[in-house]
Amino acid sequence: MTTDGKATAAAMNRSSAEEAAKSGIWVGIAAITMTFAAFTSAIIVREGTDTSWHHMTLPGVLYLNTLVLIASSITLELSRRPVAARISRREAAGQEGSRSGLLWLLVTLGLGLMFLAGQYAAWRELASQGLFLATNPSSSFFYVLTAVHGVHLLGGLAALGYLAGKLSMAGARLRRSTAEATSIYWHFMGGLWIYLLLVMRTRL
Amino acid sequence: MQEASAPQAQQGHHGPPEGFIRKYVFSLDHKVIGKQYYGLALVAVFIGMTLSWLMRYHLIYPNGKIFGLELLSKVGAPGGVMTPEYYLSLMTMHGTLMVFFVLTNAPFAAFGNYFLPIQIGAEDMAFPRFNMMSFWVTLVAFLVLVTAFFIPDGPPISGWTAYAPLSAVGTDAGPGLGWGQNLWGLSIAIFCVGSLLGSLNFIATTLDLRAKGMTLMRMPLCTWAWFITACISLLAFAVLLPACLLLVLDRMAGTSFFIPAGLVVSDRLQAHAGGSPLLWQHLFWFFGHPEVYIAILPAMGIVSHILINSIRRPLLSAKVIIYSMMSIGFLSYMVWGHHMFVSGMNPFSSLMFSFPTLTITIPATVMTLIWLGSLYGARIRFTSASLFALGFISMFVSGGVSGFFLAQPSIDIYLHATYFVVGHFHMVMGVAAIFGVFAGTYFWFPKMTGRMMSEGLGKVHFWFTFIGTYCIFMPFHYLGLAGNVRRYSSFVDDFLLPLMPVHRFITIAALITGAAQFIFLYNLIHSRFRGKVAPVNPWEATSLEWTIPSPPPWNNFGDRHPVVYHDPHQYGVKGSLGDYVMQDSPEKIENES
Amino acid sequence: MGKFFAVVLTIIALVSAVPIVMHTWWMPPDISTHGHAIDEQLTDTMAEAGFSFLAAQLLLALFVWKFSERKDSGPIKSLPGGAKGLVIAALILVGTEMLALGVLGQKAWASVYFTPASPNALQVQAQAGQFAFYFRYPGADGKFGALHPDKIDEGNQNYFGLDPANEVEARDDIVSGELAIPANREVLLLIHAKDVGHSFYVPELRIQQDFVPGLDLSVHFTATKVGRYEIVCTQLCGLGHYNMKAYLNVMSQEDFDKWLKQKASEQ
Ligand code: HEM
Ligand SMILES: [Cu+2]
Ligand SMILES: [Cu+2]
Repeated sequence: MTTDGKATAAAMNRSSAEEAAKSGIWVGIAAITMTFAAFTSAIIVREGTDTSWHHMTLPGVLYLNTLVLIASSITLELSRRPVAARISRREAAGQEGSRSGLLWLLVTLGLGLMFLAGQYAAWRELASQGLFLATNPSSSFFYVLTAVHGVHLLGGLAALGYLAGKLSMAGARLRRSTAEATSIYWHFMGGLWIYLLLVMRTRL
Repeated sequence: MQEASAPQAQQGHHGPPEGFIRKYVFSLDHKVIGKQYYGLALVAVFIGMTLSWLMRYHLIYPNGKIFGLELLSKVGAPGGVMTPEYYLSLMTMHGTLMVFFVLTNAPFAAFGNYFLPIQIGAEDMAFPRFNMMSFWVTLVAFLVLVTAFFIPDGPPISGWTAYAPLSAVGTDAGPGLGWGQNLWGLSIAIFCVGSLLGSLNFIATTLDLRAKGMTLMRMPLCTWAWFITACISLLAFAVLLPACLLLVLDRMAGTSFFIPAGLVVSDRLQAHAGGSPLLWQHLFWFFGHPEVYIAILPAMGIVSHILINSIRRPLLSAKVIIYSMMSIGFLSYMVWGHHMFVSGMNPFSSLMFSFPTLTITIPATVMTLIWLGSLYGARIRFTSASLFALGFISMFVSGGVSGFFLAQPSIDIYLHATYFVVGHFHMVMGVAAIFGVFAGTYFWFPKMTGRMMSEGLGKVHFWFTFIGTYCIFMPFHYLGLAGNVRRYSSFVDDFLLPLMPVHRFITIAALITGAAQFIFLYNLIHSRFRGKVAPVNPWEATSLEWTIPSPPPWNNFGDRHPVVYHDPHQYGVKGSLGDYVMQDSPEKIENES
Repeated sequence: MGKFFAVVLTIIALVSAVPIVMHTWWMPPDISTHGHAIDEQLTDTMAEAGFSFLAAQLLLALFVWKFSERKDSGPIKSLPGGAKGLVIAALILVGTEMLALGVLGQKAWASVYFTPASPNALQVQAQAGQFAFYFRYPGADGKFGALHPDKIDEGNQNYFGLDPANEVEARDDIVSGELAIPANREVLLLIHAKDVGHSFYVPELRIQQDFVPGLDLSVHFTATKVGRYEIVCTQLCGLGHYNMKAYLNVMSQEDFDKWLKQKASEQ
């Protein structure tokens, strides 16, 4: 009875910790949403008070980057099932599963890095046109939005790297919630980017 | 089986800490983190108070020498006499320290960290590592801020609200606006990160780590308050962070988010164009007003929690308190424009902001009436904690009623930026919240340290503080009614001179009240080492923190997994222990609702 | 201890109310046409807020007095009406108060901000800079010269950045360090900030308006009493903020005309 009770209690604790990781990621997403809402309203107010608002053409590479990011969300989804299967198998008997989850995860990671490289290329392109952070309000907002999004994306990349590391180590424990939270976050980053692209297209 | 014996590497489950560093410095234990926050707030509040002494002294003796001030800043106080700009520097630091590092840290981060997990029966916060980071990030923010004292130019002079373009155009606009202001902006941005991490933890913990039987409605009122505060804080700091980022970019990278074209500062035409100073005000107050509730809601929760223990009966309705706090939290996002009635914002929006502001007085009044009405028929026990809780109600009312005036745009035309405002926010957010912290300290000290504080000294401290703060902050309202402008380093206008006797009275009251706080400090330190050893439940209270040893072991409940059978309001009943029943006691209570 | 608390609290509450009731420190007499609406609003609010303040503090004192440290251990009594009664009371009390203050009270606000200035109001431009106010009258042509921030030159007393060499409108503009206005004539004050935020505050006039850089604002008012009043800055603007002031000089129409003529000849 006592060991049994202990086991259920531990299981209960584990499931609530899993829940916490998920609520945690949603709470984090709420905060990030708020931050970008603030940026958006700043753009609107700033545009409203400025009589000489310079519109800019977004660098074309951004659209390519968008495709890359969407692709990374798809590859992440492809990795999800094998990864989940692997986690539960490990939990059950400590066996190793197939490697396909890890592979797709690495592809996602690569695409994420490609996206960031693409963003950097966009910055270089603007700079070559003489558009820097302080040149005009559009360029200021462009650099700020892409940089802040990029920093958040780096967090996602770190989480992906952590997942991949854990998966490639033989005995390492990995919680399902970590994998799920990471994928929620990554998809959110993709959605956020599409929103930002729309805002930048229509406003900047 | 295998599960239970597996190393517990899960969130909320770390092993016992080993070694000094892990135990007391980079600790993952929410209780140590709570104490670290408390310590930081204590340091900040004594610095802040000393600054207010210097300010008050300067206001009545503008040419008076202050012994030792020259050592702090040769430029700011040549020969020990404070310059007008140094007054503004000290004022800015006072406001910033008090609002961010005292009122956000002490009632929310410090007590919340220590007691929220225990009160819901959890072993720790959901993300202990984030929790540790949130404290250390906050400490870095604090260090960055106080560095401003020691740079040649001194701290910024633009007030805790840092209105642009004064805060944005740099040293042309005055001393302290170079690196001092940069440090301010960076410090607040860092502080936002720490607060966001903390709030995230509070929310996830409350949602997911509650013990068996701990339904939401069975959570103590202070846990509710911390939870609601975390929700407010999450959204508020998520807006202040980008605002600070943009401000820092305006200052350091030459952008023009807040700086319009054609400004001539110190005879120099500024190379900026098109920015909007009102944008800063909107972003700042979108954070700033909720911040007021970040300070006061935890105090409301703590006071409610302590009040039911002192009056030995439940509140007339705990639910109404919870719903009132929720509606206050919600409304706090719709009122920020009441700080901007005369700012040149569209006058129609002023009306749109005035209504929700007046509406907030409804839940506030409801809460006050519930506290008052619950006293009826009670058996009040007087401890230092209950005195401060009752004092809180009185202060909250006194500071609250002046809000009626400021909420009306037409009256605000006259009262805006006068000492009436200073009186209002000091009473309702400053003193009231600090009273909540004092009440919480006297109440929880035994649990946190295993020793009792001296009740005698606590009561002396209460009387000095209660009477003293009224003497300081009530007259601020009179000054404001007479048109006394705030943020003046001395009063040279003819219409202000007749008010000097009031200022002298306030300064004397501030010096005495401030000195009385050393009684508290002495009590705190002395009791920590020499106080009577505290029993598990000295106040005969019902919530879970009183079921575990004082101080609690590293994992709070040991190997036990608490199960909860009642809400924490079971006072004035026939229980096996007395007139109360603990939350985790399976006994049946007659007429339990 | 409870009784002591009750007594101290009662004393504090009553003593706090004395200066308010006696008007020991109070608003200076109003010299504007719109001000009485603000004053009335403030007095009404004071009555209601004062009542709430005293009622709550005295009730707190009374209950603490009555219910402290009682030993009897019967079932606890509850306030008749309970929470529901209180919530309804609060809704009715504060609700009506809100309605009364919020709705009726917007009159005063409307009189300042929603009624446009009459077309023949006297136009004066106020410019705030660190740490002085300057005022500009359009002169005989009734037109203000344009502002050129790059031409601002305090040494040559070109505080506004006018360009009289190239612009006719600027030539007859009258610049003054004090705000002279005729009594009983509406004034439209055009608000312009030169550097950072400032504010225009004349307690007697019941007017306060921020100067926001980059935003051209205006307020209008009619002063009714001849006299000299202090204009002070109420928006933190830097180290000289406490000392940033000017005078409002309300004159009879004849005196004003004379003053304007003399000023014009000095330019
Ligand atoms: C010993 C008690 C205190 C005294 C005597 C005191 C005094 C003052 C004074 C003289 C000012 C400057 C007012 C002005 O010129 O506009 C001020 C500003 C301020 N105080 Fe306090 N204060 C005290 C405690 C607190 C506390 C507990 C808080 C926490 C809310 C606080 C928050 C502020 C803030 C936010 C400002 C505005 C700073 C600014 O204008 O930028 N003070 N205080
Ligand atoms: Cu507010
Ligand atoms: Cu000024």
